This record gives sequence, structure tokens and C-alpha cells, in this order.
Amino acid sequence: MDLGTQKVKAVVLKDNMVVGRGQAYSGFDPTSAAKAAVNASLKQANAQLTDVACFVATGSSMELAPYAKSTVSMMGADAKAATYRFPKARTIIDVGAEEARAVKCDERGVMTDFVVNERCAAGAGTFIEAMARALEVKLEEMGPLSLKAERASQINASCVIFGESDVVSLIHRQEPKAEIARAIFDAMADRISSMVHRLGVNPEVILVGGVAKDPGFVSSLNRKLSVKVLVPEYPDFNGALGAALTAVNRCKGGQK
Amino acid sequence: MQRRTEITSQTIADKEFWRWSEYHRVITGKKWRSTDILTAGVDVGSVGSKAAVMINGEAYAWAITRTGSNSPDSATKVLDWALKDTGLKVGDLKFIVGTGYGRVNVPMANKAITEIACHGKGANYIWGPTVRTVLDVGGQDIKAIRIDQTGKVCSFLMNDKCAAGTGRGMEVFADLLKIPIEQIGEISLKVEEEPPPVSCTCVAFAKTEAMGLLRKGWSKEKVLAAYTRAMAIRMANLINRVGLERELVITGGQSKNKGIVRRIEKVLEIKCLPMPRWQDTGLDPMIAGALGAALFAKSLYEKAQKG
Repeated sequence: MDLGTQKVKAVVLKDNMVVGRGQAYSGFDPTSAAKAAVNASLKQANAQLTDVACFVATGSSMELAPYAKSTVSMMGADAKAATYRFPKARTIIDVGAEEARAVKCDERGVMTDFVVNERCAAGAGTFIEAMARALEVKLEEMGPLSLKAERASQINASCVIFGESDVVSLIHRQEPKAEIARAIFDAMADRISSMVHRLGVNPEVILVGGVAKDPGFVSSLNRKLSVKVLVPEYPDFNGALGAALTAVNRCKGGQK
Repeated sequence: MQRRTEITSQTIADKEFWRWSEYHRVITGKKWRSTDILTAGVDVGSVGSKAAVMINGEAYAWAITRTGSNSPDSATKVLDWALKDTGLKVGDLKFIVGTGYGRVNVPMANKAITEIACHGKGANYIWGPTVRTVLDVGGQDIKAIRIDQTGKVCSFLMNDKCAAGTGRGMEVFADLLKIPIEQIGEISLKVEEEPPPVSCTCVAFAKTEAMGLLRKGWSKEKVLAAYTRAMAIRMANLINRVGLERELVITGGQSKNKGIVRRIEKVLEIKCLPMPRWQDTGLDPMIAGALGAALFAKSLYEKAQKG
């Protein structure tokens, strides 16, 4: 289970293979949301709660997780799941709704260093959500829209609050929405890439977290980092997968 | 690109809680003669535009308006308003200095000078030579400025990347809590016990945190106190980083926010200098930058006259 600030994600593994995924909005009761996410994932896996040998939780509300007797850090889970998918992964960038992390790991998938931003909304999914609202474009349309632009408008803002004013001024100046959208992704990718640079960019670079689903952000980040970042299928389930893989190890170790 | 604070659809939907009163004032009993050195400073900030007119380096008239979406228009409007009821026209002014965020867009200015220099100079004019540290809290940035006894800038630190602590951040909270911005300081002090500061510095996150606190049953006053305290701590940190030396004064729009001023005083364990009474007309700390600009205008004019 990955109890994130916006959604809870759950992954069921059977013989080290993903057999079920489920998710639910965290809302004000992450515990119930986690139960719902687990139920959904078990349904997909055709399994019962009692069939599960071991639960491990991660995410910012991990201490509120039901069923789980143990937890794993978000960075640990990130590294584990990314190397499961991409054995050559050395840098994992995880951009969630309210936090962003970059994790460095070794060839065994063990985290060796990390940086995190959890203090500023401009370096997390919240930024894109707020800007989409200001631009009056649906969140899921932002990426495809931005990819239509040949160039980006200019946005100086490194703050959600100032960014909203910037976007409104650009709209008033009748700049094309696609160019504004591209500028928004560029601004965010700038912040993420400067965070990653503090850690060093070692290929392969893997991008996970809910924001990784946005093609606009991926394209901006590729440009800013001058590396092609790899995005796994279901990047938002990366944390939950990492927790499930940790559960496999703990099971083997006789821990429950 | 120029940053502007526009009215968002959310604020139109309700009362405009961020709106503060614009005004102009002429100091009564003061007269100008054509032989006087008449100068003006026009400070086009991100949120407020200020203009000050001086006779021989003494404050005479000023105006404060909200900056519109067009800097040159805002500059013209605020200077015209400052000159209202003085019998003066822009052409009568010997020298005009533009300052502030939009200083390069002040069409009638003979020269542009940074707002940091102008706030230092203006603070020295308003409060006198004992001022050594100036905190200027603007609409979109915060500056801690160290000055000498003549008002010259020795060093400064600025935050212009993040809305936390700025006037814009306060406006967000005024809207959220539905409290008129001019009462926000007063209301933040209406708590029996000071609550712990909000844990988020980021305004976007602090807003979410505040909504959670309201839902938990905290009063508006308590939430506002928690936010104001967090912002005051942030400003106090900036002052400490530039190095606090007595006397301390606060300029800019939030010098009027008693909640911020009191809390900064508490954190730093120092009292800010109070506003001096000046010919029965208190000078407004919001016009410190414009006054400084008008003073620079006077010295620049005199220099030009000497050749």
C-alpha cells in the first residue's frame, strides 16, 4: 500500500508478479481509502484478504495504514520498484501530488542517497493542477496540449501563487494556451531538474509518481535533464509496488 | 515577464477581500513657489503604485493606488492623483525618479533607481538617521535592507521567489478566511493564546493546512494568528540573516498589518520605531520608496544644475 497525499495505491504480488492494482482518493480518512484500494486490488487479483501473506505500507500517511505490520520508506520503495522494472536504474525521480523526491540507488536496488522537496508546492503535482485551473484546461489535457506548442511562453514564477497571476496575465495577452501549458511544464521541470542535479544524474533515470503519467511533463523534463527518462507502465503504482516487493522479502525472512 | 496580480474568477465570485483603500493627500499649509525644487518619486510596485511630490526635499503630496495591468498607465494615474489639489502639473516637476517593480516602465521619469536604494533613503527621511535596518514587505517580495546614517544601502537580502510572507500571500488568506485585508492584522491579534505557527511555509500548502484547521473547529482568528506568526518568523529570519541592527523599521504595505509587526517585534525581541507625527499628517510607510525616489530626484537635479 502506498498512502499518498492525494491517492492510496495498492498492489498485489503473486510469485513476484503483479496480479492486482487498486486505488482510492485519500480524502480525510486515509485508512478507509487504503482499505478500499486494497479491496479493489484483491478483486482484480481474484483473491481474499486472508490470502495475503504480508502487507507493507509506504507513503506520507503510512502510519495510518490498515493490515500492515511494517512500513518501508518512500525512497526505499521507489528504489526497489524502479530496479525491479529497470535493472539498470540508478536515479529515480518520484513526482507526487505534494512532494517530489530523487533517489540514487546501487545495482542491488538499495537506496544510497536522496533529496526531497515537500515544502514548496511549485515542485510538485499541485503546481500543474493549480496552473491548469488558472488556464481553464482539464488536468489530463494539459500534457497533450503542451506538446502541440513549438515554443513556450515566458513564466518567471517559481511559486504557485505567483504562477497563477503569471498565467492569468499571459491569457490576457492572448498567448496561445498550448505555449502557456508548455511554459508551465518547463517551469516545473526546471525545479525538479535542479533538485535532481543536487544528487547527480546517473543513467538510467526513471520517472515515477502520478505526474509521470503526464506526457507534457516528461517531455519538458527530458529537455531540461538532457537525458531520456524512462517511465514504467503504471508509474503512479511504483511506491505500492516497492512496498509489495519489500513484503515479499519480509515474508521470506519469516517476518509478517 | 511582468508579474501582476489579477482578479481571479474565485475572488470575483465573492466580495473582494483583498481590496484596500486607495487615497491621496496634500499636506495642508504648505505652499510651493516656482523657484522651489519640485521633484517627484513614482514607485510602481507589483500590487500598489505610489507617488510622492516634494518641495525642496520636503514631503508635500502623495497618492497610493492599486497597480493595474499596465505599468505606464499606473504610473501616470498615481502621479496625476498625487498632484491633484496642488495646482501643479507634471511639467512643473523639475526631476522625476521611477522606482519599484515597474520602474523601467515609468514614462515621465528622468531616471530609474532600484527600490532598495529608495526604501533606504525614504526610511531615513521618515524616521531619521538612527534607522539601520529596514524591512520592506511588498506585494510580491520581501527585502531586509541595512542602511547607514545617511540612508545609504550597506547590504540587503531579498526573497522574490516565493509568496510566503508577501502581501500577495496575505491576500490569499484574506480571501480564504473572508476577512477584509485592512482588518487582517487586528483580527489576527484577537486570540487569547497565540497558537503554534502553521507548519507549511508554502502559501499553497498553508492554505490546505488552514482549511484542515478550520474543519477541526479552529476559529478564523486562530487560523489567521497561526499563519501570521509563521510569516512573521520567516520575515524575522530574513532580518537576522542580513544582520539586525537598531533601529528597525518596516515599510511597504504590510507595515500596516499590526499582526505582522507585533509578531516580528516579539520574535526579534525589539520594538520597531513608531511612525513619527509630521505636521499633524502622519507619513505613510507605504510611500517610503516614492519619498526616497523624490529625494534622489532632488540631488540628481541639483547635480545637473551644477553641470
